[in-house]
Amino acid sequence: MFSYYFRLGLRSLRRNMVLTGLMIAAIAVGIGACMTALTVFRAMSGDPIPQKSSQLYAPQIDNWGPDKHNGGSPDRLEPQLSYTDVLGLMRAHAARRQTGMYATLQTLRPADPTQKPTKIFVRATSTDFFPMFDVPFKYGRAWPASDDENRAGVIVLSREMNEKLFSGANSVGKTVRLGDQSYTVSGVLNEWRPLPRFYDLAIRPFGDGDTLFMPFSTAIDRHLGNVGSTQCNGDVDPGWEGRLRSDCIWLQFWAELPTAAEAQNYRAFLNNYAAEQQRLGRFHWPPHTKLRDVNEWLRYRHIVPSEVRILILVSFGFLLVCLMNAMGLMLAKIMGRAGDIGVRRALGASRAAIFAQCLIETGVVGLAGGILGLGLTALGLWAARSLLAKQFVALAHLDLTDTAIAVLLAVGATVLAGIYPTWRAAHVQPAWQLKSQ
Amino acid sequence: MQFRPIISAMRRNKVGAILIAVQMAITLAILCNALFIIQQRIALSKRPSGADEANVVVLDNQWVGNPPDQTARQQGDLAMLRSLPGVQDAFATNSVPLTDSGSSTGVSLHPDQKSATATAALYFGDEHAIAGLGLKLIAGRNFNSDEVVDKIGYNDIKPPAAVIITKGLADKLFPNANAVGQSIYDQFLKGQVPIVGVVDRLQVPWVSAVGFGGNFNDNSIIQPFRFVSPYPIRYVLHAQPGQAAALIQAAPKKLFDISRARIIGKTRAMTTLRTEIYKDDKGLVVILGVVCAALLAVTAFGIVGLTSYWVAQRRRQIGIRRALGATRNAIIQYFQTENLLIAGAGAAIGVALAVSVNLWMVSAFAMERLNTGYTLIGAAVVMLLGQAAVLWPALKAASIPPALATRAA
Repeated sequence: MFSYYFRLGLRSLRRNMVLTGLMIAAIAVGIGACMTALTVFRAMSGDPIPQKSSQLYAPQIDNWGPDKHNGGSPDRLEPQLSYTDVLGLMRAHAARRQTGMYATLQTLRPADPTQKPTKIFVRATSTDFFPMFDVPFKYGRAWPASDDENRAGVIVLSREMNEKLFSGANSVGKTVRLGDQSYTVSGVLNEWRPLPRFYDLAIRPFGDGDTLFMPFSTAIDRHLGNVGSTQCNGDVDPGWEGRLRSDCIWLQFWAELPTAAEAQNYRAFLNNYAAEQQRLGRFHWPPHTKLRDVNEWLRYRHIVPSEVRILILVSFGFLLVCLMNAMGLMLAKIMGRAGDIGVRRALGASRAAIFAQCLIETGVVGLAGGILGLGLTALGLWAARSLLAKQFVALAHLDLTDTAIAVLLAVGATVLAGIYPTWRAAHVQPAWQLKSQ
Repeated sequence: MQFRPIISAMRRNKVGAILIAVQMAITLAILCNALFIIQQRIALSKRPSGADEANVVVLDNQWVGNPPDQTARQQGDLAMLRSLPGVQDAFATNSVPLTDSGSSTGVSLHPDQKSATATAALYFGDEHAIAGLGLKLIAGRNFNSDEVVDKIGYNDIKPPAAVIITKGLADKLFPNANAVGQSIYDQFLKGQVPIVGVVDRLQVPWVSAVGFGGNFNDNSIIQPFRFVSPYPIRYVLHAQPGQAAALIQAAPKKLFDISRARIIGKTRAMTTLRTEIYKDDKGLVVILGVVCAALLAVTAFGIVGLTSYWVAQRRRQIGIRRALGATRNAIIQYFQTENLLIAGAGAAIGVALAVSVNLWMVSAFAMERLNTGYTLIGAAVVMLLGQAAVLWPALKAASIPPALATRAA
């Protein structure tokens, strides 16, 4: 029966090509616009580390006081921490694992002196970084915790950087020169690129991943300045030591808290820490702290730009218009066939049969619109990639889920829009139709 | 024209009329909000930076291995760059407009002020800074060479001997007085500093309307520092008109001739910086424009389709009207008035919808309030669209011969 109605549906669609074409085009354009925006949105709002995102937390501590957050932060908290506080949290060891970190911009001297030096982002962090974020190693391993304490000159390379510097060979134990200092390779990573780079959103969160890692203590010891955001408030003494003692905020900090109980304990610990600072006379205000996991952090930092949200809103409005349009056209088409339906009903077809037939016909329109819409989505994504900055949409590609969403959305929405016209068709009075003919 | 027969006919076709009206309402709501966003983004990307953008070339220079004589090296570089043919002036700085990266500070009038009077972007530069960017000095004077001192990295904290500020900042700090001769207090550097000059405009490095820098876009301070740092420093070259392209080629080569122990980032004219920094805004404008056009087309085709169906449905009735003496024009007018009534209802709902969508966006994205003009333009566009779309089916209806009435169905 289904295949018969399906063929009938196809035949009826062929009978009025213009109307059918308009319906399919309307649905396809709507689906295309919607799916383009939705694919970009899904790519940008995805979970960068799904297996652990609910166990990794970024703490915030108000180290400026309630009246010093100029405008930008209505919650009186800033997205980064001062060196004093990062050091305090690291020493407390209140989480299962924790690391403070920052990015620095260094010059990389190739071994071959005829090659030009290049600049390179280096992430200064502690050895906990690698197990915390499930970073996979290809050769060697993370530096031992003792290297963090001894401020050793060790580094970990990303797979790409190892490819570039050592043509992909096992480079553990080899030396890399950054600026005027030498570092020994302790490990090489496998492919690892969380998108967005949730642990530091200040520099191009959807850009290239980190390629070089060194101990936080080593970077501080060697006075490697940070890139990204630095915000100062209050007294700052000159020099590197002045920066470290100041309440300038320029560091990120993450803690691994596998259970809800541990997270709760950590919240209490943060408050105690701030209260302790108040007792010591450093803070002149009651504790004001916050702890957020990865996904809460991404939402808090508005990682999906307002442009994408605007496009989502516009495109769903557009789809709605397209569907209402298709609904109007379907109504016209089905009512135009009232005579045929009347004859079928008079010959014994039940209302359910008419309903099923028309609904299948509608589904065929939705399916065709969905398939055409997928093509338009690919076109839309291509346009978005060329029109918007690279880091915005470079990651947006149609995957299997997107394809399924598009087809389901098209068929589902079209059938939904077709229910009323179909219901009208099923309620055609056979006697009345036959009489008027 | 009589509305009553039209309305009673519409009541028999409620769903179709409602569908068209709601479609037009949503179209209107999207249209005027999109037009509003388009206009705002264009205005945003047209804000002048104050620099002579077409002739200013910017490049990043970073020394390899933190050499101890960076100050002398930098002066050597700048002397060479100033002597290049086609160069008006050159200087080194921490930041330039249209780059989204720079420094800012809180500016007060007195040291004992609890919170800053204004936030301002900081640009470091020597006495060549104003000519190097092609800024317009509108009051006071340029820096004297004895006011310019070295600043070794951001952690070298000391108050400058003098500052030049923008007119925007001057108006904010001293609304009723001449800023030149007054002094400001820098909350970070801890010093009372005299203002020696005012430039017409120097935009902050950040371009976002609602993000950082959005609320102090005109507030900039030039501090007389020769900025030296082991991290990238920006060299700014002011080319003679038409020489920028040649300089973009020549300058990095000449710098490498002096020393190869350096990394030179992208060398670009400020016009290129502008194109790149506003790429997303322009992209959004194009995408919204295309969506609006598609939306209007879809709505128009929907009206054509449904009205054609109504015409086909009423062929006999139209024939009878014609036979009873109605002119072709009367038939056309009938369908146009019908569409006008539907579009009017749609526009009324649409205006309300547009305003509520905008109000929601104001709270969600810190957008500005929709200008009433846009809703009126949108309503007019949607109603004209309806009239244009209905014309073809109406003409078809008018061509139905009166003789149809006499034939059996």
